[in-house]
Amino acid sequence: MHLIDFNLNIDELTKVEGAAGLEIQVKKGKVESVKFKISDYKRFYTQAMRGKNVAAIPQLLARICGTCSNAHLLASIEAIEKAANFTPSAQTKLLRALTYHGLIIRDHALHLYLFVLPDLFNLDSLLAFDQTEPEQHQLLHDTFSVKAAGNHLAMLVAGRSVHAPLPIPGGFIKTPDNALIPQHIQELKAIRPAVLRLIEIFANCDFKLERPTDYIALKANSYSYLEGEIYNQDGPLTAEKDLRQYLEHVVLPYSQASAYTLKNKRPYRVGALARLNINKEALHPKTKSDAAKALQLFPSNNIFHNNLAQAIEILHSIDESIDILSSNTFSPETPAQLKLSAATGFGVIEAPRGTLYHRLTITNDGTVQEGEIIVPTSQNQIAIELDIAEFIQNNLHQPKDKLTLECEKIIRAYDPCMSCGAHFLEVKWLEE
Amino acid sequence: MTTAKLLIICYNKTAFMSEKKLKVGWFSFTCCEDSTILFTELLNDHYQTWLPKLQFVHARVLQTKNIWGPMDVAFVEGAISSDSQAETLKKIRQLATKVVAIGACAVTGRPSGQRNDFPPPLQQEIDSILKKFNYGKKVKKLDELIKVDAAVPGCPMNEQKFIEILNLYLTEFAIN
Repeated sequence: MHLIDFNLNIDELTKVEGAAGLEIQVKKGKVESVKFKISDYKRFYTQAMRGKNVAAIPQLLARICGTCSNAHLLASIEAIEKAANFTPSAQTKLLRALTYHGLIIRDHALHLYLFVLPDLFNLDSLLAFDQTEPEQHQLLHDTFSVKAAGNHLAMLVAGRSVHAPLPIPGGFIKTPDNALIPQHIQELKAIRPAVLRLIEIFANCDFKLERPTDYIALKANSYSYLEGEIYNQDGPLTAEKDLRQYLEHVVLPYSQASAYTLKNKRPYRVGALARLNINKEALHPKTKSDAAKALQLFPSNNIFHNNLAQAIEILHSIDESIDILSSNTFSPETPAQLKLSAATGFGVIEAPRGTLYHRLTITNDGTVQEGEIIVPTSQNQIAIELDIAEFIQNNLHQPKDKLTLECEKIIRAYDPCMSCGAHFLEVKWLEE
Repeated sequence: MTTAKLLIICYNKTAFMSEKKLKVGWFSFTCCEDSTILFTELLNDHYQTWLPKLQFVHARVLQTKNIWGPMDVAFVEGAISSDSQAETLKKIRQLATKVVAIGACAVTGRPSGQRNDFPPPLQQEIDSILKKFNYGKKVKKLDELIKVDAAVPGCPMNEQKFIEILNLYLTEFAIN
């Protein structure tokens, strides 16, 4: 048998959030190494937050990432409130849920329509979709109407879909205008058919890379991105505040981001696929009914089903938001003043791309002493490399341009966010 | 060839030429890419108007086939963290007739440049990373390195200012 040697380098991955490259070495027909290199330059947020008053922290940490800024915002607020032993009001919880549903709708839609969908049509970009072809014309229209509905929901509740100004520790600076709620319900109802089309497209997509692995996600009785306990695919694992004890930090000397395995060195995946594998029964009843056929595909080890899982989560967030908006009116409510003392708080939520962990240790006067942030892309980094290695090993004879495209598709399926990944790097090197 | 056919060809050529587009690039350096996200949100309302008028020469977030070639306007987001980023920025400047700084990091250097203000103990803590990945001594805003023709401040960028500048260049470059 002819043994193959080659290197495959992608300097700059495209249609992903942030900057990353890929370097693969094959020697004598065996994949020797796969390096997923996050190349965004660090901005050192975990150092920058030290010594600042906690009041400034949520807006500072939101700047870790543009697309999932509201996830960092809410995780940071949760960490501060937990440190202050504060429980937010029922209305605040509803407004945070709505803020988050707006994020999920907008962020997943950005990934699925702008980044992934062109691959399904063998096109370079959504902008190359043919407006004279009915399906492509429809999808182009769907793209911007679905994204807009998520954006508008976040604007109604949180003031903006990027770096939202209204959520703060203790509540919201401003309450949504109840008079505007009916138009948002109408807009959310109007995009449901588009999202059902999207679910059908990804359910019928034949992209496949199955690799059994562990999965981690927050699980609650409801399909909440904001509350719950840490589960893996087999059942309950730990309380959210203890997640860090289950994770092993791994330094990848070629990447500007940290990576993680479980303590037992097992790699794992986080994200929408993990959430559906672990908690699909908790989805909104209407979502479960209308996406019943697609939901039969879960649990799944096919990483491309992360795309399908995201599409289903958009539907869930629409249905949850319609319920909340239809059954509540919001009253003006002054944000509570938190009583701070020396303590450590934990904020753990399901960001669009997976489990997000914020830990803050504060002093008696409300100053941040130190903290730690673990983002989903860092947790998925090793799983990405293992998936690529498996794919390459099984497809050594494919032409390089085909391998390049397929590797990009696998990475895109994870929806990685390099801005998040490179916010910080532990100062500890395996090699100089 | 009949006169009628010739007229049709001439008409089509004229129509094609009238579809001149603004050649744009969208580049991100050190930042959270919030303005990129905001730009994709602006497309929700403006894609039918803008897409027929814009040709994306280089936009990593939107397409794989990107060209390092001449462009009318380069929109540049993010601050500059290293010599290699500075070189890329200078290359963009050479290729673009107009360069627009997008968002707070490009315009002011902050918050991505927050390490510039770190006290010595924090600076010492991050030094090994700066050396290993060839960071520059300081993070710089765009106009410390190149001539910037226009700026859209804000974190994320001010949407109305962006629309205003885009419309200005559509007019200046005679894009109908």
